[in-house]
Order: sequence, then structure tokens, then C-alpha cells
Amino acid sequence: MGEMIAVHDLVKNYGEFCAVNHISFTVAEGKIFGFLGPNGAGKTTTIKMLTTVLDPTSGKILVNGHDPTRDQKQVRRSFGIVFQDPSLDDELTAQENMDLHGILYGVPHAERVKRIDMLVDFVGLGDRKKDLVKTYSGGMKRRLEVARALLHNPRILFLDEPTIGLDPQTRNHIWSYIQQLSKEEGVTVFFTTHYMDEADRVAGDVAVIDHGKIVAQGAPADLKERTKCANLEDAFIALTGHAIREEEANAMDRMRMMGRAWRGGGRR
Amino acid sequence: MKAIYILCLRQLKRYVRSPARIIGSLGQPLLFLVALGFGFRSMFARAGGGNYINFLSPGIISMAILFNAVFSGIEIIWDRQFGFLKETLVAPVSRLEIVFGRMLGGAIVAMAQGTVVLLICVIAGFRIHNSLMVPLAILFMFLIALLFTGIGTVFGSVLQDMQGFPLIINFLIMPLFFFSGAIFSADGLPKALQFALRLNPLSYGVDGLRGACSSVFAYGMATDLIVVTILTGILLGVGSYFFSKIQL
Repeated sequence: MGEMIAVHDLVKNYGEFCAVNHISFTVAEGKIFGFLGPNGAGKTTTIKMLTTVLDPTSGKILVNGHDPTRDQKQVRRSFGIVFQDPSLDDELTAQENMDLHGILYGVPHAERVKRIDMLVDFVGLGDRKKDLVKTYSGGMKRRLEVARALLHNPRILFLDEPTIGLDPQTRNHIWSYIQQLSKEEGVTVFFTTHYMDEADRVAGDVAVIDHGKIVAQGAPADLKERTKCANLEDAFIALTGHAIREEEANAMDRMRMMGRAWRGGGRR
Repeated sequence: MKAIYILCLRQLKRYVRSPARIIGSLGQPLLFLVALGFGFRSMFARAGGGNYINFLSPGIISMAILFNAVFSGIEIIWDRQFGFLKETLVAPVSRLEIVFGRMLGGAIVAMAQGTVVLLICVIAGFRIHNSLMVPLAILFMFLIALLFTGIGTVFGSVLQDMQGFPLIINFLIMPLFFFSGAIFSADGLPKALQFALRLNPLSYGVDGLRGACSSVFAYGMATDLIVVTILTGILLGVGSYFFSKIQL
């Protein structure tokens, strides 16, 4: 089995601040990989670099055998992504959102129609596909986003906290879709989450990142054994400590904060 | 090419589905048309200016286009806040296609809104002098729409949130409108103000549209067309540049 994602000695600096500090890991094809860490540990920054929207400071990334900084289009065709925050157009229907995605990704018309029907049924939204997305609940939107991310037959699915703010029923639903998908179609899944029970249940392998460094890596069972903890949550806390982290500041916020400090005053 | 088409179509759909926006953005031009048009009509005629509604209407149409076009560009901020922008930025299409689709869609929406205002002006008594010039009028409307969608795109790409929006309206869009010759002619203005009018890209758009409607151009048809076309080209380029620099 080949490596779908290979990261070697990856670094991302924002000025003095090091968001991602020399990390390396690989994800084998068809595996479900959990990328865990406290707020502000560097998870989203890493996903951004893997998904071509942020250039690394140094290091090497291969996604489906392509370098995100050079073969941007190849990499973008290889993955589907569900972002941390919603990214649907509320003023369009589910069907239109899907169709727009299919056209952006160059899915031919006949296949698009077929796959859209199949996928909205798969996530249980078949009878609501002609409704505007703004009439959907949070869970329905998430399910639609998962369906949309799969429309162009990606080899890899990135999920950045896909179940945040959802009730246990919906979380269960979403994970069972994803597990089924990984099993049936061999899609590689790379996800982040704060729910350790989810990671424990679905991930084949996990990596724990803290302060931009990977502090542990392996199967959830290995991590529990190594830390002598009964569950992954305790193992996670044993690895990353009890201190509560600052509110997650994304890369842009950090840049802005630095800019403000540097110019010695507020912009507005 | 298909990406341009679908993103353009998306904006048209959003426009058609939002009657509140269609009606809401008619309010201001309508107010100006009625208050100024009928308020100053007799004074304008007595001063020998002729039919003020005929003079004012192209200015009011330009105003509707101006506001809607800038707004369409600024919608990028909304798409950033509501997340849809990310969906387009990780798709395997170039930023240029995305921004062209957006700008084209925005310009068409602004044009549509300008056309509605045009019809209202006709009801208020506005007459086009030579119907053969209508295609030229439409061309000028489209150029104004593209030009200001480009400007809106620059601001939409640079600003992170909507807080700067009133600033742009009050310190850029309103002055551009008032000092464009939309509501008064440049003749008899103080020299400094005449110069300001000359520097305002909208002046040439308004004059072109007014000329196409009345067959009388203040700056000359060729000048209007060349200036507006070149500026539109530049602004589309600058807008695309800033859009391509957006960081998620």
C-alpha cells in the first residue's frame, strides 16, 4: 500500500512565531488518520499546507504523490475537504451547491448528475436537495458538506473538526458514513477533532501535535499503553498537559496581531 | 471557462432570489430622481438648461450601477465570513477564473439594476433622443458596471470584515457620485471642482451615457469611450491581482 500523504520535516513560521515545528508523518492509502492536538497546536495550519492554501516555510509534502506548492491543481483534484467552519452558499439549494462544486472540479455532466443523486441520498438528504441550504440545520449542512467533498471522487478526504457543535446522533451518523466510505471506496481520511472518543473509535492511527511539534504517533491502543491510560482522552492529557490554551488564533489573526504590535497601534 | 460561467450564474441566482435587495437598492436612486428631478426641474429650465429629467436620468442610472457594482465586489467579504470563498479557493481552477466569474456576475447584476432604474426614469419622463444610440448607452452602462465591480473587488479582497464598508461608501463612493456631473454639469463650476470632475472616472461614464441618450457629449464620445474602457481594463486587472493575493 502506498503513502497517500507524506510529510517530511515540515516547518511554518510566522515571523518569530513557529506554528509548525519540524514535523514528519505519513498516512497510508485507505487509512483513517486522526490529527489531534489542543487549540492553537498547529492542526489547521498543517491542513492548510497539505491543501495548497498555505506555503510552508520549509520541508517537503507529498499528497497523492504531488507537491502542493508546485502541482497545485493535481493536489487539489486529489482531495475533498470539509472545513472547520461552514463553506456552503446558503442562498443556493443543496443540489445547486453540489452542482457548482462538480463544475469547479470538472466532473462531466452525466457523472455529476448521477453522483449528486447518489451522494445526497447517501447522507440522507435526498428529499431535501431542492431546498435552500439556509433552511438546513447545522447537522444537515455538515452532512451536505461531506457529500460535496466526495463529489469529484477524491482519493483523500480532509476533515477539519467535522463534528464540532453537533449532537451525538449526527456525529455518529457522519462517522459511520465516513467509515463506510473508507472501507468501500478506499478513500484515505485525514481528520482533526477534539473528541477523543471519536478518534479512538474510528482512527487507525493518530498523531498528537502540541506547540507545533508531534509529541506522539501510533495506533490509539499504543498511545494508551505507552501512557498507561484507560482511554485516549487521558492519554491525550498525559501527553499535552493540563494547561488551558489560548483561544485558537488562526494564522491571519497572528499576522494581524504581530502587525499591530509592530506598528505600535491599532489599525482601526 | 465553465468555472467563470457557474460563478457568474451563482451571483445572478442570488440576485434574483433576493427581492429585498432589488427593491432596497432602488430606494436611493428613486429618492434622488424624485427629489432632485422634480425639485430642480423648473429652476433648471428657467436657467436655460432644458429638460432636467433628461439631464439627470443618466446620472441616476449611473448611480444605481455604481452602488450595485461596488457592492457586488464587496460581497467577497461576505463570502469570506460565511465561508463560501474557501470552497472556491481550494478548487482546481485558477484564481483568475474565479475572480472573472465573480466580476462578470457582479457587473451583470449591476446592469440589471441600472436597467430597472432606466425604466423608472422613462416613467418619470426621461426620453432617449436617438434610439439608434441605445446600444452605445448599454455599452456605457456595462463598462461602468465592470469598472466599479473591479473597484469593489479590490476593497472586498483587501478588507477583512464589513467595518470598513461605511468608510468606502462615505469617502469614496459618495464623492465619486456627487463630483461626476451626474446631477449638475461641469459648466460654470469653480476651476478646482472642474478639475476634480475631470479626474473622476465616473464623469466619463456619466457623460458617455448621457451623450448616448441625448446625443450631446461634454467630453466627446471617443474620449469617454477610451477613458472608460482603459480604466475598466486597469481596474479589472488590479481587482484580479488583489483577489489572487487573498490568504485564507
